[in-house]
Amino acid sequence: MAAAEKPPVTVTWAGPLNEPVGCVLTWVDQRFPMMSLWRDHLAEYYAPKNFNFWYYFGSLAMVVLVLQIATGIFLVMHYKPDAALAFASVEYIMRDVPGGWLIRYMHSTGASAFFIVIYLHMFRGLMYGSYRKPRELIWIFGMLIYLCLMAEAFFGYLLPWGQMSYWGAQVIVNLFDALPIIGHDLSLWIRGDYVVSDATLNRFFSFHVIAIPLVLLGLVSAHIMALHEVGSNNPDGVEIKKVKDPKTGHPVDGIPFHPYYTVKDTLGVVVFAIVFCVIMFFMPELGGYFLEYNNFIPANPLQTPSHIAPVWYFTPFYSILRATTEDFMWVLALGLVAYSALLIGTLRAQALRIAVAAIAAVLLAGFFTIDAKVWGVVLMGVSTLIFFLLPWLDQSPVKSIRYKGMLCKSVLAAFVIVFLVLGYFGTQPVTTGGTLISQVGTLLYFAFFLLMPWYTRMDKTKPEPQRVTW
Amino acid sequence: MADKELDQSKRRFLIAATGAAGGVAGAAAAVPFVASMLPSERAKAAGAPVEADIGALAPGELTRVEWRGKPVWIVRRTQEMLDAVKQNDGKVADPKSERNKELTPEYARNEFRSIKPEYLVVVGICSHLGCSPVDKFKPQAEPFETDWKGGFYCPCHGSLFDLAGRVYKNKPAPDNLTVPPHTYLSDTRILIGEDKKGA
Repeated sequence: MAAAEKPPVTVTWAGPLNEPVGCVLTWVDQRFPMMSLWRDHLAEYYAPKNFNFWYYFGSLAMVVLVLQIATGIFLVMHYKPDAALAFASVEYIMRDVPGGWLIRYMHSTGASAFFIVIYLHMFRGLMYGSYRKPRELIWIFGMLIYLCLMAEAFFGYLLPWGQMSYWGAQVIVNLFDALPIIGHDLSLWIRGDYVVSDATLNRFFSFHVIAIPLVLLGLVSAHIMALHEVGSNNPDGVEIKKVKDPKTGHPVDGIPFHPYYTVKDTLGVVVFAIVFCVIMFFMPELGGYFLEYNNFIPANPLQTPSHIAPVWYFTPFYSILRATTEDFMWVLALGLVAYSALLIGTLRAQALRIAVAAIAAVLLAGFFTIDAKVWGVVLMGVSTLIFFLLPWLDQSPVKSIRYKGMLCKSVLAAFVIVFLVLGYFGTQPVTTGGTLISQVGTLLYFAFFLLMPWYTRMDKTKPEPQRVTW
Repeated sequence: MADKELDQSKRRFLIAATGAAGGVAGAAAAVPFVASMLPSERAKAAGAPVEADIGALAPGELTRVEWRGKPVWIVRRTQEMLDAVKQNDGKVADPKSERNKELTPEYARNEFRSIKPEYLVVVGICSHLGCSPVDKFKPQAEPFETDWKGGFYCPCHGSLFDLAGRVYKNKPAPDNLTVPPHTYLSDTRILIGEDKKGA
């Protein structure tokens, strides 16, 4: 269809500017689908009318993303990605650049805020079954965003070139070194040198400021496009598209995103900004959790700080890494045997049973021939990737926690507690007691996912309503 | 053109062939980019040997020199420290440095892991995840080991090494500390990073 054939835009509001605005809009709209984008994604995107508190965090994540990009652009104007100059250039930003301290604290507080918002956003998904059919791809795009965010945070953390930056990168890159056969060359390739050095800093800078952000923006677009294709889930976990107004064709339980949710989310942003500013202005280090004290000492390749820990958002996974000791391999082996027995007992197809037995046997042999250190790395990797499987692990007949039974509710509550406990112990130095608790936590963490097909079926659910409730 | 009958199988073959050729070209184009991330010639050349003067090192003291960006420790061990090494044979995982032979050059594959028993020369990087252990030379009861005879403690994940850089049993670190190739230029000067072959 040629541009001129498009129907003219009807501008509904009245006022003195009506005519010229209408003319401009029509001119643009005949050349670019501006009004249809506006309608599809805002003015006529029908979202369920029963969104609650937990639905703030998606739009907040977008706000923080914009904040990180904006502050990042201005930090790059003064930062120097050079091992000899990096630390001093960050101090220069903090002391000499007008308002530099504010931009830097906005960026560092923003990093932690991003993870808080994302974890709450993910927890919302867990509660209301937002990952269930037909929203599997939204969940997968979301998980990819989460992985990118972790990479972004890790690469960014090296840039100030403090002691924690340096030794954190050293430990994490050496995790790859633990992998059999390719490990050594892989870690060499990541560092670009035999030790974490100027070459490493330069490439991490490149990943942090351009590569990962580009991927992140693409994934965020995919996440939202997939969401707007199938429509938002809601606290009741029922599809609003099932009941439509016969006259308008719009879901009767839906309201246009704009103005209803743009206004609601603006309130969320204001409250978030207040909390954010209190932290940024009065406690930007947040007791060493947002900015670690050792990172105010320049990187010294000859001396490791007496206690090193990753930033808080990585610590649950770090705990799982540290929990995997030689003795713990026996417990894991026992768990593996029990789990494969359960799988074999449940699966009907003979071929699948044999496959499970074979995989279990290979893993079991690996547990005792390959160093526990390697398995620690593997478990840490699996603990982040296992979230991808949620849409298929959850077999409950209902989506939302509101209609699930006590069993699912308590399991989810236990998972949150385990996640926090693992996170806490990941920030602490190694102790015998802490390791034991982390090991129990690791088992429970994986049990939450691996046993989900069983406990979600056993659970006593309540019937879902036909329409949303509020 | 339009009224000619399409040869569908020919079209499918051509699409697959074009796709495969494009895929190969794409993969080949990735090679220079992946290769550019390998250590540069300058990084490889930076592995030059360094000289350390140990003339001023008092007995029981440690000095650090940087070699290939890593800390190399030189410890002048006292007789008590050497005795402590002997007593530790039962506690360490690999007393004779046999597990991973490339970590210990031939001339240091002995109980004290050194050319001269008095001087220990090791790379101060833990074989677990690459932190640099802390020296705790005083023999006393420590929270991590009640019968501590002096050695090195890794703050990251709690690995222990004795005064010959040998790793304790049941610790996250699998291997002893690396002994770098080194040679004595004179009684007080050590060259780290190079050894006289066959010496």
